[in-house]
Amino acid sequence: MANKTTPLTILDRPNSYIGRSLSREGAKRAVAGRGRYTDDISLPRMLHAAFVRSPYAHAKILAVNVDEARQQPEVTLVMTGTELQELCTGPWIGTLSSFEGMKSAPQYPMAIGRACWQGEPIVMVVASSRAAAEDAAEFVTIEYEQLPVVADKETALDPECPIIHPELGDNLAFRKVIDNGDVKQGLADADIVIEETFQFGRHTAVSLETRALLADYEPTDGHLTIYTSSQVPHMIQAVFARTLGVAEHKVRIIAPDIGGSFGLKIHTYGDEVATTAASIKLGRPVKFIADRLESFLTDIHARENRVWGRIGVSKEGEIKSLEIDVRSAAGAYSQFPRTSVFEANQILNITGGPYKHKNYKAKTEVVYLNKVPTSQYRAVGHPIGNSVGEALVDQAAEACGIDPLEMRRRNIMEDDQYPRVSAAGIKLQDMSHQQCLEALAKHMDYENLRVEQDKFRKKGIQRGIGIAAFIKGTAPGPAGYYGTGGAPIASQDACTIKLEPSGGVICMIGVTDQGQGVDTVMCQIAASVLGLRAESVRVIEGDTDAVPYGGGTYASRATAIGGEATYQASLLLRKEILSIAGTLLQAEPITLDIVDENVVNKSDNQIRISVSEIGRIGHFQVAELPNNIQPTLSVTYRYRLHDALYIFTNGIQGAYVEVDIDTGFIKLLNHWVVEDCGRVISPQLADEQVRGGCVQGIGGALYEECVYNEAAQLQNGTLADYLTPMAGEMPDINVYHIQTPTSVSELGAKGVGESGTGAAPAVLMNAVNDALRPFDACVTKQPMTPETVLASLGTV
Amino acid sequence: MLLNEYGEDGQILAGGQSLMPTLNMRLSNPQLLIDINHLHELNSITLDDNIVRIGALARHSELALSPIIDMYLPLIADAIPHVAHIAVRNRGTFGGSVALADPAAELPACVLALGGTVVLQSVKGIRKVKADDYFLGLYETERKPNELLIEVQIPVQDLTGLWAFVELSQRKGDYAIAGLAFIGTSEKQFIKTAKLVYFGSEIKPTLAKKTMAILINTRWDDNTRKLIAETLGRDLDPMTNLQGSAKMKLHLQKVLTNRAIDLALKREKPSR
Ligand SMILES: Cc1cc2nc3c(=O)[nH]c(=O)nc-3n(C[C@H](O)[C@H](O)[C@H](O)COP(=O)(O)OP(=O)(O)OC[C@H]3O[C@@H](n4cnc5c(N)ncnc54)[C@H](O)[C@@H]3O)c2cc1C
Repeated sequence: MANKTTPLTILDRPNSYIGRSLSREGAKRAVAGRGRYTDDISLPRMLHAAFVRSPYAHAKILAVNVDEARQQPEVTLVMTGTELQELCTGPWIGTLSSFEGMKSAPQYPMAIGRACWQGEPIVMVVASSRAAAEDAAEFVTIEYEQLPVVADKETALDPECPIIHPELGDNLAFRKVIDNGDVKQGLADADIVIEETFQFGRHTAVSLETRALLADYEPTDGHLTIYTSSQVPHMIQAVFARTLGVAEHKVRIIAPDIGGSFGLKIHTYGDEVATTAASIKLGRPVKFIADRLESFLTDIHARENRVWGRIGVSKEGEIKSLEIDVRSAAGAYSQFPRTSVFEANQILNITGGPYKHKNYKAKTEVVYLNKVPTSQYRAVGHPIGNSVGEALVDQAAEACGIDPLEMRRRNIMEDDQYPRVSAAGIKLQDMSHQQCLEALAKHMDYENLRVEQDKFRKKGIQRGIGIAAFIKGTAPGPAGYYGTGGAPIASQDACTIKLEPSGGVICMIGVTDQGQGVDTVMCQIAASVLGLRAESVRVIEGDTDAVPYGGGTYASRATAIGGEATYQASLLLRKEILSIAGTLLQAEPITLDIVDENVVNKSDNQIRISVSEIGRIGHFQVAELPNNIQPTLSVTYRYRLHDALYIFTNGIQGAYVEVDIDTGFIKLLNHWVVEDCGRVISPQLADEQVRGGCVQGIGGALYEECVYNEAAQLQNGTLADYLTPMAGEMPDINVYHIQTPTSVSELGAKGVGESGTGAAPAVLMNAVNDALRPFDACVTKQPMTPETVLASLGTV
Repeated sequence: MLLNEYGEDGQILAGGQSLMPTLNMRLSNPQLLIDINHLHELNSITLDDNIVRIGALARHSELALSPIIDMYLPLIADAIPHVAHIAVRNRGTFGGSVALADPAAELPACVLALGGTVVLQSVKGIRKVKADDYFLGLYETERKPNELLIEVQIPVQDLTGLWAFVELSQRKGDYAIAGLAFIGTSEKQFIKTAKLVYFGSEIKPTLAKKTMAILINTRWDDNTRKLIAETLGRDLDPMTNLQGSAKMKLHLQKVLTNRAIDLALKREKPSR
């Protein structure tokens, strides 16, 4: 299967599950309506929390009166920010030392004395039902004095702009400059120089299942159990324990079924910590489920950036220099503990990433605004960096009179030139831009599509073809940002695998599943290595009491990192099984193999002993073994990247659209993705990740924006007003894989979860602008609403 | 009775597709919900002496499947697929839509274009209000808080005439950014009369009277198109909102007017 000639491993054997699409573990259960989400869990004596939130983006809190609320029926507890502060060990500061010079103000889970964004929690009401809590919350009265609001990222650093946190000196969170090669010389060498400014709207993740948490504190022994819709149980364990002064090892985090996460559920939210504090204070279970309005107001936001870019190219289309300047909007605080500066940092890292140019200058300023904090959301920074880089390449191609696909052919990195370092200073290896590009040209029948486009053009129908090459940082390593920067977030991950007396295998993993099928993938890996049937392997995830310590699932790391841990753990368990079998059978383990649940002779495949028999003897009849052999039949393996910052992947997307020039409406006709996530474990699950990812990218490109007014008030906090992509408008998305296994692991899998999202906005913007080309119009703003398109045409 | 007693504090619950979200978001808190879903006499669609009578509780999906609507009110048949999604259409009612008078709703525009009559009942008796007098403003109608909308009566469409229903929404099933219900008569591609009702862009379903006047006894040519484009701005007063600026909506309504009339003329039937 692998394109590169890598030595065959155990995974390439005929009975392997690798490269096969098994039906996803939880799918049947979810479809049958038997999913068990956090809100489905009810505990005896459980209470419900509701929050009074700041209606203003910036206001001094002069007085909080909760007396009347406390008198309301069914109310057990009303807690203010100040009261919560007393239960906290100290404030959070959302900085990481790995981002040099970044600063953020201290913050508590609920506002104290001042609210800095609309939706910031101020008072928590806990009652026997959510409805009762909300009814009582209406009796909380808060006196505010409105303060000047910083709503616009463009003016946030102006001397006359008010400063949100005076102790910081200004509204700057982070500044970074990359200056590699010689941009000045590059520009001087260029025949054509093009510059453009791009705008990207603020969006949010909009998971179907909103944020959810049920905290259950047991006062007699100090054990705290939290059920929560989280991608990162161990991070939640560490952060909540440290914030609330509970011993970390006494905190158990259970992440049950999860209805979408997309990065929004790797963060710490004040209302969730407050809910947990209420459980500790009351010694009763307390639940908080964000409603949709709360989700829009308080889930992390992302993507709000303005990017200026300039590209210099020779007449022949060779990229000589690339520059970008990014003004990135954060919220009122940097999100704890992952910060709000990753997006800008990634834009700098990946813009122009597929290309060979040497001269690159990039600058960013991340500024604080009186809005909800921003942070990591699927494909962090990539939709922006790719949109900018790919739009500039397209404009340069047009100026040179070169076809956009050919332009890329001339500039992309060659497949045989790795490892290498990109102009941004990123180490790259095991990539396949050239193969991907040629595959895309073939699959979309590029030449004929151009002919068809022309035919339609003559009929007055404006169709556009877009191309966007991309790189994607996946599976960050320990040399990266989090752990090194001081956050309690593991970049390594682990698998504990055990052979049970029955011959069944339990595989416990530190990475988590949010519906992607992570558990199915791990099952395929373990079963393949162990020579067992998939039904014999059970995967357990999402429970810190059960699984080995891990980072959880984010940044497309589950299969790349967790998968390798499972692979290596399975190899070790296999070794022990064969060693015990060797002892029992008086054979050299090396002459034995496991095939279809049985230990067999490698030479003639003759069955010698079943794996279940090894399990039985290993647990119940150990006397059959010599005294010096004590079976463990349980292995934990931890895996981490060594030197690499990320495992970078690459790919290319194509899009075919039709633009209604009279109405500005965009119709998506077709979409292609060729990507290289290394070894594909389950083609179906990988394809679904790419498709879903594309749809999420298309959402940002066409529909989604958290619209704020000048007072930093959110204008569209419902699903009627905030438009998400729907199946009816989505095109077919054709997915193809080039498989260049990563050389940093034996499994060879890279991340796949964000590649669709990362480049879909870029390819769509290029396709739309290709359709608009005869009108000399160009859209540089996302989302590309009808009005944006009509404005570019000068119609409105 | 209850309506009379509670007045504005009592709210009728029909399909709940508009009311329940507002309750859920605590945007309205009536003291009493009056569930009318068991009044089965209100869910019929009948043809009676060239008048189609649509009961208030007829669900959108029942209209979609009704042979009477299909046959005699093709404008409504064309409009229904634009109303929300199937799940919403299974619950949402014709009466609820006309009672609520959402400015972007399709059915009120159709009722106005087709010259319908709204039948209201209170303890005092039954009152009939012509659609022309019924839609007053943004969510504002002639219906009094103590009146139940029981039925809408619509004369059957002139099946030799022109009609077209067009709208623009970014996603299928969304409320329209701009939309138009068009009814007219013609002879050999010559427009004799036209009724244009705009929705989505305006605070209420709006008759474009000046534009309609231009279309009386006209040939549908470039000159007429131009005249219409110039006049429509005097008939309409679009709202700027999240879906777009007033300027864009006026532009879209002009585009839709052309498309609606093109479409209607394309399927013009030879007159009997
Ligand atoms: C996701 C979604 C998308 C939608 N998209 C569209 C769309 O594209 N176009 C569209 O037109 N609509 C749309 N709707 C609204 C839907 O069509 C509603 O069903 C309809 O507008 C109201 O009908 P209802 O029966 O649900 O009324 P309810 O929600 O039950 O009531 C609405 C209001 O009318 C009053 N009322 C209802 N019936 C009567 C009566 N017989 N007499 C007096 N007062 C009454 C109620 O008291 C209430 O104030 C959408 C709804 C949803 C949830």
